Amino acid sequence: MLSSFRKQDKKDEESSTSGNPYKNLEKASVLQESRTFNETPVNARKCIQILTKIIYMINQGEQLGQTEATETFFAMTKLFQSKDMMLRRMIYLSIKEMSTVANDVIIVTSSLTRDMTGKEDSHRGPAIRALCKITDPSMMQSVERYMKQAIVDKLPSVASAALTSSVHLMRQGPEVVKRWVNEVQEAVNNDNIMVQYHALGLLYQIRRSDKHAIRKLIIKFSKAGLRSPYAYCFLIRIAANLINEEGEGTDSPMYDFIDSCLRHKNEMVIYEAASTIVSLKCVTPKELSSAVNVLQLFISSPKPVLRYAAVRTLNKVAIQYPAAVTACNVDLETLITDSNRSIATLAITTLLKTGNEAGVDRLMKQISSFLSEISDQFKTVVVDAIKSLCQKFPRKHTVLMTFLANMLREEGGYEYKKAIVNTIISIVEENPEAKEAGLAHLCEFIEDCEHTSLATRILHLLGREGPRTTTPAKYIRYIYNRVILENAPVRAAAVSALAKFGAASEELLPNILVLLHRTTLDQDDEVRDRATFYYQLLKHSDKALNSAYILNSMNVSLSALERLLHRYTMEPTTKPFDVRSVPIETVHVEQPKTDINIGVGLPRGGTESKTNREDTYGEQLAAIPEFAHLGPIFKSSLPVDLTESEVEYVVRCIKHVFSHYIVFQFDINNTLNDQLLERVSVQMDGSAEGFEVVHYTPCQVIKCNDTGSTYTLVKLPDDSSAVTGSLACTMKYTVKDCDPATGEPDDEEGYADEFVLEDVEVTVSDHVQKVLKTNWSASWEEIGAENELEDTYTLSIATLEECVKKIISYMGMQACERSDKVPDGKASHALYLAGVYRGGHDVLVRAKMALGGTTADVGAQAITMQLTIRSTDESAVQVIASAVE
Amino acid sequence: MVLENSFVPSLYVIKGIVILDNDGNRILAKYYNQSFSTVKEQKDFEKSLFNKTHKGAGDVILLDNLTIVYRNNVDLLFYVLGSTNENELMLNSVLTCLFESLSTMLRKTVEKKVLCENLDLIMLAVDEICDEGIILESDPMLITQRVQLRLDDIPLGEQTVSQVFNQAKEQIKWSLLK
Repeated sequence: MLSSFRKQDKKDEESSTSGNPYKNLEKASVLQESRTFNETPVNARKCIQILTKIIYMINQGEQLGQTEATETFFAMTKLFQSKDMMLRRMIYLSIKEMSTVANDVIIVTSSLTRDMTGKEDSHRGPAIRALCKITDPSMMQSVERYMKQAIVDKLPSVASAALTSSVHLMRQGPEVVKRWVNEVQEAVNNDNIMVQYHALGLLYQIRRSDKHAIRKLIIKFSKAGLRSPYAYCFLIRIAANLINEEGEGTDSPMYDFIDSCLRHKNEMVIYEAASTIVSLKCVTPKELSSAVNVLQLFISSPKPVLRYAAVRTLNKVAIQYPAAVTACNVDLETLITDSNRSIATLAITTLLKTGNEAGVDRLMKQISSFLSEISDQFKTVVVDAIKSLCQKFPRKHTVLMTFLANMLREEGGYEYKKAIVNTIISIVEENPEAKEAGLAHLCEFIEDCEHTSLATRILHLLGREGPRTTTPAKYIRYIYNRVILENAPVRAAAVSALAKFGAASEELLPNILVLLHRTTLDQDDEVRDRATFYYQLLKHSDKALNSAYILNSMNVSLSALERLLHRYTMEPTTKPFDVRSVPIETVHVEQPKTDINIGVGLPRGGTESKTNREDTYGEQLAAIPEFAHLGPIFKSSLPVDLTESEVEYVVRCIKHVFSHYIVFQFDINNTLNDQLLERVSVQMDGSAEGFEVVHYTPCQVIKCNDTGSTYTLVKLPDDSSAVTGSLACTMKYTVKDCDPATGEPDDEEGYADEFVLEDVEVTVSDHVQKVLKTNWSASWEEIGAENELEDTYTLSIATLEECVKKIISYMGMQACERSDKVPDGKASHALYLAGVYRGGHDVLVRAKMALGGTTADVGAQAITMQLTIRSTDESAVQVIASAVE
Repeated sequence: MVLENSFVPSLYVIKGIVILDNDGNRILAKYYNQSFSTVKEQKDFEKSLFNKTHKGAGDVILLDNLTIVYRNNVDLLFYVLGSTNENELMLNSVLTCLFESLSTMLRKTVEKKVLCENLDLIMLAVDEICDEGIILESDPMLITQRVQLRLDDIPLGEQTVSQVFNQAKEQIKWSLLK
C-alpha cells in the first residue's frame, strides 16, 4: 500500500524539497481508496493511513460534498469491527471532522455509547467527546446516566472529556446539563488538576446567574486552595467579573482573594492577578502599585513571553494612570533594545505616555532605529502614541512631524498610511503652528502616493487650508502635478482644490484660470466637467457665487436628494426642482474616542445608525394620509420623555418640524399587564402662544407591554417671528381590563380616562438644522448685511467654554472654523455658527464674547457678548435672536 | 478602566493551534472559533503570520487582534493563538505542552519529514491537548501516554509484520480476558 505513497514522494521531491507525502493528495483518489474500508478482515494500518489522508484533506480546506462525505462516513462505520486501538482513535477523530458535512452521523451513537462505557479505558474519553459532538442536548437523555457516571469517573481522562463536552453542550441547550450539577460539584473536588479546572468552568456556566452561589464558590476555594493554576486563573476572572458587575470596591473579600494571588507561586497566576487588578473598575492608584510592582519584576525576566505580557499590561495602565508606571521607567528603558520588536515597541509607547517632554527626542530616535522591523499593527500603535503626544506637548510638533513624515516615506500598508495621514491632519487642524510644516509633508507624500482615497483626502485638505497660509502659491505646483500625473478620481479632486485657491485669492486667479482652462480637455468626463464648471464660475469673480459653489459645498442629505430627484423625474412637471425642499444632511458629531490601546480587540468605529433617522421617520409619516401634503420633514428632534420612567404609561415625544406645521409623535409604552388601551390620542393646547391643533391621529389599540404611536398635527403661529412656546399635553384613551395571561379583554365596554403629561417645549433649536460651512467667512460675505441684526448682551456665565456650549445648544447651530474650542487662558473669543432655518434659509451667527462686564449680582463673573446674525430671511433673524435671553 | 467590559469568564481560551512548514504551508491548522470564516482567510492569515515569524527565534507576536505564541524548530513552526486579552503565559503553557509531547513522540527529531510520517499521531496529540478551544490537558507526559498506544510497532515499516504483531497482541489480550 505504500507504493502509491512512494510514487508521490518521488514526484514531490522533483517538484520541491518538501518532505510532505500528503502534499499532492487528490480528493477523488483518496475517496476511491476509502473503499478498502469494506474489506474483511480490516487492514488496520492501511485504513489508518486513509483516514489520516481524509482528515488532512479536510484540514487543508478541501470541501467534501454531502454525498461523498456521507458515503465515506458509512463505509467508515464498518471499521468499528476492528479491535485495533489506533484505528479506533482515528475513527473518533474522523467522526468529529465529518460530523458537519455528512448526513445521519447519529448512526454511530450506539457504537460510541458502547465504547464510552466499555472496558478499554483509552477509548472512553475520546468516545465521549465524539459522541457529544454528533448529538444535541435533546438526544442526550438516552445517555444521561452514562454522562453523570463519566463526570465523576476516577479516570481523569474520562472525567475531563465528560466535563468539557458538557461545556460544549451548554452552548446549545443548558437544560440537560444543569441536571448534572451534583456530579459537577463532586468533580470540583477531584484530585486531578485538569478535572478540577474543567469542573470549575462548567459549574460557573451552570451557576452564572446566581451571584450568591458564585460568591460562596470563590470564598470556599480561596480558603481551601486549588491545585490547578488554570483553575486559579479562572477563579480570578470570576471574582473580577463579580466585582465589576456588582460595583464592589477594593474592600470586598473578592478583591482580597485576587490580591492574595499576587503572592502565588505560579507565574501564570501572579500575572493573571496583576493584569486583572489593573483592569478593575474600582481600582485606585494605591492598589495599582502592588500589581505594578509585580509586573516590574517580570520585565527583567529571561522569558520573552513574560516580558511581553508585563509590558503589554503596563502599557494599558499607562493610558489611564501614567504616574503609576513612572516607577518602572528605568526597567522599561532596558527593554527598548529587546530582541523581540513587539516588546521593544510596547516599551517605547509606554515610555512615551509616562515620560516627560525632554525625553521625547531620544525616544523618537530609538524608535526610528528599528521601525522597519516591526509589524504594521505595531507601527499603528506608535502612530497613535505620537498623536497623543502631540496633544500633550504641542511644542514638540517639529520633532514629531518630521518623524511622521519619515514614516510616511517608508513602506507600509494602507491602514498604516491612513493612520499617519490622519494623525498629521489632526495635528494640522489642532495646532496652527504646525500647519505649514504638516501641509508641506502631505504635499510631498501625494507626489508618490498609491492610495487614491488618501490622495483625494489630502487634496481636499489642501484646498481648504492652503489658501489661508502665508504663501498659497507654493501648493499650486503640487496640486497641478496631480492633474497631470494621476488617475481620474485624484485629478478631479485636484481640480476642485485648484478652484478653491482661485476663489479665495484674487492674486492667484489668473493663473488658476489658465490651469483650469487647460484641464477642460481632460479625457475623463468628471474631471472635464469640474474644470469647465469652475472655469466659468471663476471668470465672473463674484464672491457670492464663489462662496456658494466653490468654498462651501452643498449640505443636503445625499440619499434624500437622490430619492426626491427620482420622484421628480417620475412626475412630469414644468416646475423647476427646488433644492431647498431636500432635507439637510445632519452634521456628524464625532464621538470623543477613548484612548485606544492595542489590547482592545474590538472592531473600531461602526456604522453610523443615526444618519437616516430622518429618512425612516419620513417614510413612517408619509404613510399617514393626513400628513401627505406637508412636504418633506425639515427636522426631527431627539425623543423627549414626558413622564417619569416608572409610571403606568411611559410617553416619549418626537417633534417633526415641517415648513408650516409641526407633527408631534408620541410613543406610548403601556407597562401594565392587565390593561388594554384603545383610541389613544394626545390632546394639546398651545393657543396662548398661537399654536393651533389641526388634526389628531389616534392609535387604535395599545396592548399590554406594547408600544404604540399617536400623532398630533399643529399649525405654527401666523406671526413668523414668534414660533416658540410650550404646549400642554393630556393623553386621552379608553381602558379595558384584560387577563394578564392571555391579553384578551375581560369586558367589551371599557371606560374613558385621561393622563396628564409634561408640557412639550418648542424651542428655537427645533427650527434650525446644523450645517457645517467649511469656509464660514466666505458664506458671511455671500449672505451680506441685508437682514443683519446686531446686539450686545451681558450674560452671567462664569467661563467662555460654558458660554459657547450654551449658545450652541440654545440656537441649535453648528460651530464652524473650530470656534467651539476656546483656547486656554484667553479673555475673549469669537464663535462662528452656521445653520439652516426652517424653510431652507441660511443663517449665520457671529458671537464675540469677552470676560468681564457687570451684572446685577455684584462680584459674579459675567461675559459681554456682541451678537451679529445674518440670514437670507428676515423672520429667521428675529427668531434666532430670541434664543438669547 | 474597563478594557473588556463584556467579558464573561469561560474555558474557551485557545483560538487556534497551527503547524506550518518552512515555506509557510499548512501542515495542520485547527481554529476553534469563527475568527476566520473561510479557509482563504485562514490561509491569508497564516501567510502573514509566517512572514512575520519565520526569521525570529520565536516567542510572541500580536497579529490581526490575536496574541500568538510560537516556536521555531528546524523546518517547522508551531503556533498557539489566543485573544489579545488572554493570559500569554497560559497560551505558552499549551505551546510548551504541544512541543514537548511531539518531541517525545517523534523521539527528539521534530522535523517536517518525521512529523509528516507520523501525522496520525500528531492529529491525535492536538486533539488530546485542546478540545474545541478548551485546554484538555497540559502535561506532555500524559498526552504522550494517551496518544501512543502502539509504541512498539512504530519503527516497523513492514505492514504485514505489524499486522501479525497486532493480531498476536489482540489474541493474547482476549485469552487473558476470558
